[in-house]
Amino acid sequence: MNNTQIVDESPVTLFGPIAIPGKQEPVSKTAQTCTDPEVLREKPVLEIEHFDLWYGTTQALFDVTMPIPSGKVTALIGPSGCGKSTLIRSVNRLNDLIDGVRYAGDMRLNGDTIYSPRVDVIELRKRMGMVFQKSNPFPMSIYENVIYSLRIDGENRKNVLDETVERCLKSAALWDEAKDRLDESALELSGGQQQRLCIARAIAADPEVLLMDEPCSALDPIATAKVEELIFSLRGEYTVLIVTHNMQQAARVSDFTAFMYLGRLLEYGPTKTLFVNPSLKQTEDYMTGRFG
Amino acid sequence: MSVETGFLFSGPRVEMPPSEILPVADASAVRNSRKRKGPRSTQLAARGEPYVWLMGSGLAIATLMILGLLFLVFYNGISTFWPKRIVEFTLIDGAKILGEVIRSERYQVSPSELAGMSAESRIRITASGGWSRRYLVRTGNYDLYGDDFKWVVESQIAGRALPLNVWLIERMEWGRAVGRLQKLTRDNIPLTRNSDEFYRIFSEVHGVAIDSKKKIARLQDKIGALNYALENSRLAVRKASLKYGDESTQHKAVAEAAAREESRLTKDFERLQAEIASIRSEDGRFRAYVFDAAGTLIPERPSSPVTPMLVSQIVRAYPANTLTLLKRIQVYLSRWVEFLTTEPREANTEGGVLPAIFGTFMMTLIMSLVVAPFGIIAALYLREYARQGTLVSAVRIAVNNLAGVPSIVFGVFGLGFFCYVIGGRLDMLFFPEKLPAPTFGTGGILWASLTLALLTVPVVIVATEEALAAVPRSMREGSYACGASKWQTIWRIVLPRATPGIMTGIILAMARGAGEVAPLMLTGVVKLAPELPFDSHFPFFHLNRSFMHLGFHIFDVGFQSRNSEAGKPMVFTTTLLLIALVALLNIVAIRLRSRLIKRFKVAHF
Ligand SMILES: Nc1ncnc2c1ncn2[C@@H]1O[C@H](COP(=O)(O)OP(=O)(O)OP(=O)(O)O)[C@@H](O)[C@H]1O
Ligand SMILES: [Mg+2]
Repeated sequence: MNNTQIVDESPVTLFGPIAIPGKQEPVSKTAQTCTDPEVLREKPVLEIEHFDLWYGTTQALFDVTMPIPSGKVTALIGPSGCGKSTLIRSVNRLNDLIDGVRYAGDMRLNGDTIYSPRVDVIELRKRMGMVFQKSNPFPMSIYENVIYSLRIDGENRKNVLDETVERCLKSAALWDEAKDRLDESALELSGGQQQRLCIARAIAADPEVLLMDEPCSALDPIATAKVEELIFSLRGEYTVLIVTHNMQQAARVSDFTAFMYLGRLLEYGPTKTLFVNPSLKQTEDYMTGRFG
Repeated sequence: MSVETGFLFSGPRVEMPPSEILPVADASAVRNSRKRKGPRSTQLAARGEPYVWLMGSGLAIATLMILGLLFLVFYNGISTFWPKRIVEFTLIDGAKILGEVIRSERYQVSPSELAGMSAESRIRITASGGWSRRYLVRTGNYDLYGDDFKWVVESQIAGRALPLNVWLIERMEWGRAVGRLQKLTRDNIPLTRNSDEFYRIFSEVHGVAIDSKKKIARLQDKIGALNYALENSRLAVRKASLKYGDESTQHKAVAEAAAREESRLTKDFERLQAEIASIRSEDGRFRAYVFDAAGTLIPERPSSPVTPMLVSQIVRAYPANTLTLLKRIQVYLSRWVEFLTTEPREANTEGGVLPAIFGTFMMTLIMSLVVAPFGIIAALYLREYARQGTLVSAVRIAVNNLAGVPSIVFGVFGLGFFCYVIGGRLDMLFFPEKLPAPTFGTGGILWASLTLALLTVPVVIVATEEALAAVPRSMREGSYACGASKWQTIWRIVLPRATPGIMTGIILAMARGAGEVAPLMLTGVVKLAPELPFDSHFPFFHLNRSFMHLGFHIFDVGFQSRNSEAGKPMVFTTTLLLIALVALLNIVAIRLRSRLIKRFKVAHF
């Protein structure tokens, strides 16, 4: 009740001077209105449905409905503080670790509900991989880092582990640099190498969806290019949901792009459509750098 | 409501980022101040210089005090064993005093003393404002003089000399003897007349005596084993009688076996005794005639003043004034070796401190082994599992305050709880045959270690909590995102990453525990415990045994012995040793930690 009222008012409050009455009426009351039909045609691997989230008394996500197509790269863009990280962390329920977080709505991973008291969160997280904004290799060897998720499942067969390390490091474009120093501490790698190692770790357990929260924000252009190449090559094999602040990056790597603003999903469609012909004024402003 | 405030907050952030305003204001402020004061007239306070001096001098004072203490201990500890020259003072009244000069000091002469002096020295002393000098001389020969030291006043001295044939003799009993070695005899026949040969002949004879001493020690060990076996068979009988009753067949069978065993052991015992006696009588043939400054024979024992001392009584002897530097170093080192590897003699003022080193080491080790898991588990619960709230804060404050409780209180608790309650129960359950003599129901190394573990656990908890809190959140989240459970995350990520910090806590706890004395005095430390807490008898580690401790040894030698002046050098060497031991334990732990830190060091940022 209260919710809808705010939604109706918000454009006026925020964009008083810039607001364009004509373009503005479809602001997300329901998901269907902001999601391009082309997205809906895809087979979703992850479905976010009417998801709200509060940090204590502050609401950070408002009624987000967003299907993530299988085998595609979906980019999440939006100004700082709009809730991108919150949303992506909600997918594998990392927000559970924060005190005072409440939520409403649901998500489904390949049809299995994520937000239900009966869900085994640990089993759930094993079906996803996550790469964080700041690389966070564990204080152990490169080898052990990659197979961490196998180790915690009790996998000890040497050939399986070896094979996984090689496959994942190759996928993460780190194999050539690291193959001779697998037993060295992962903390001795460079920042970019560490981030690629984290990607290798995230894909080690064959996740159904790969979540990436600004994976390139701390990298130099060359490392960024490598990671982008990697993400690009992962499409088809993996479903990727990536948060980025870099418009060019979103344009380069993603099939679909979602624009979030102040905790709401405002526009969601094929990347080309969104970049070439955004249907909302806010999206256009954001992408052309006029605010945010 | 709350949502609206959220909007309002983010509004201004978009419209006027504060970062655009601040730098401008800053820059103008700097420009203004430059204009006002000229280029080089920044205030001293602004540069923080006075605080640098203040903090620097604080550090300097602290460092100086610590270094001063260390230097005092080190200097005295190192120099104690150096063989000094022996001075012969001839006093005005004709008396002679032989001994090492330990130290000299200026003192204010009392009027009555002044009155009894010669006119010449009276004038000299009055001229120097009533001050004179006196020397503390270690005369030895406690059995003759009833004291080891003598003060010699400057004005009484008529002459001093370094006589050549004066020997310093360390004996098994009665401490040191200082005197002139006149002859060495076998069966009352002199072995040599020429005093030049004394050193060589003495070394030969003494070598033989030392060998036989070793033989005797070995035989005595065997006797100890016999006693142990005898005690065991007696205990077996008592156990059987407790279990089956006095009239039962089992008890009779055990008793018969024990009786057979006993007669066999007794035979062995007698044979060993006879062997020892024969070695002793062989030793008894060699004697040394040593006379003190006044010409009195230094006897084997005070009760028979005419029997010269046995060579086998002598631990070490050397002609103090004719020793070459090399020999002097040899004596010095051999004293250190004795100190480090033998048991104490003479109410702890002579001999070594091996049992104390061992006791301290074992106790610290057991304490660390106990305190580490307990402290870490407690900290893990407080930091990782418990819901942070008033209760946890209260527990935290209580733990921190535990560190401020006087250590003797822990001693009382350890005695009451560990020794009497737990130890008493254990005795009733497992060692009923030994009662009423307690096994675990009295002070012992285990209880002392547990008490110290209790004393030092706050240190470990606080350090571990800090280390756990310092593990980056991103690492934990990374682990959770991989599907790790809480325990897996703690075990595989958090604990390894926190290990260096935890080690710091354990190092601090070890240092604190190794130096603690008060609680030990109630829970198992004794003045003399020649039996180490471990030996060749099953189960090898006897955690119920009382033990010696370097800290307590210092207290005992320095303040509880028959003449604490004689023990004073030992106090310093023991202190030096304790510091060295604690330092050694710390260095090992720090080494371990730095290796761990290297593993977790982030090479790139
Ligand atoms: N742990 C938290 N407790 C309270 N509020 C939080 C917490 N984390 C995030 N928020 C709030 O939730 C909102 C969304 O934050 P979020 O981190 O999701 O933004 P974001 O889109 O990822 O921003 P950025 O692009 O800067 O990373 C912000 O207003 C933030 O202040
Ligand atoms: Mg973010």
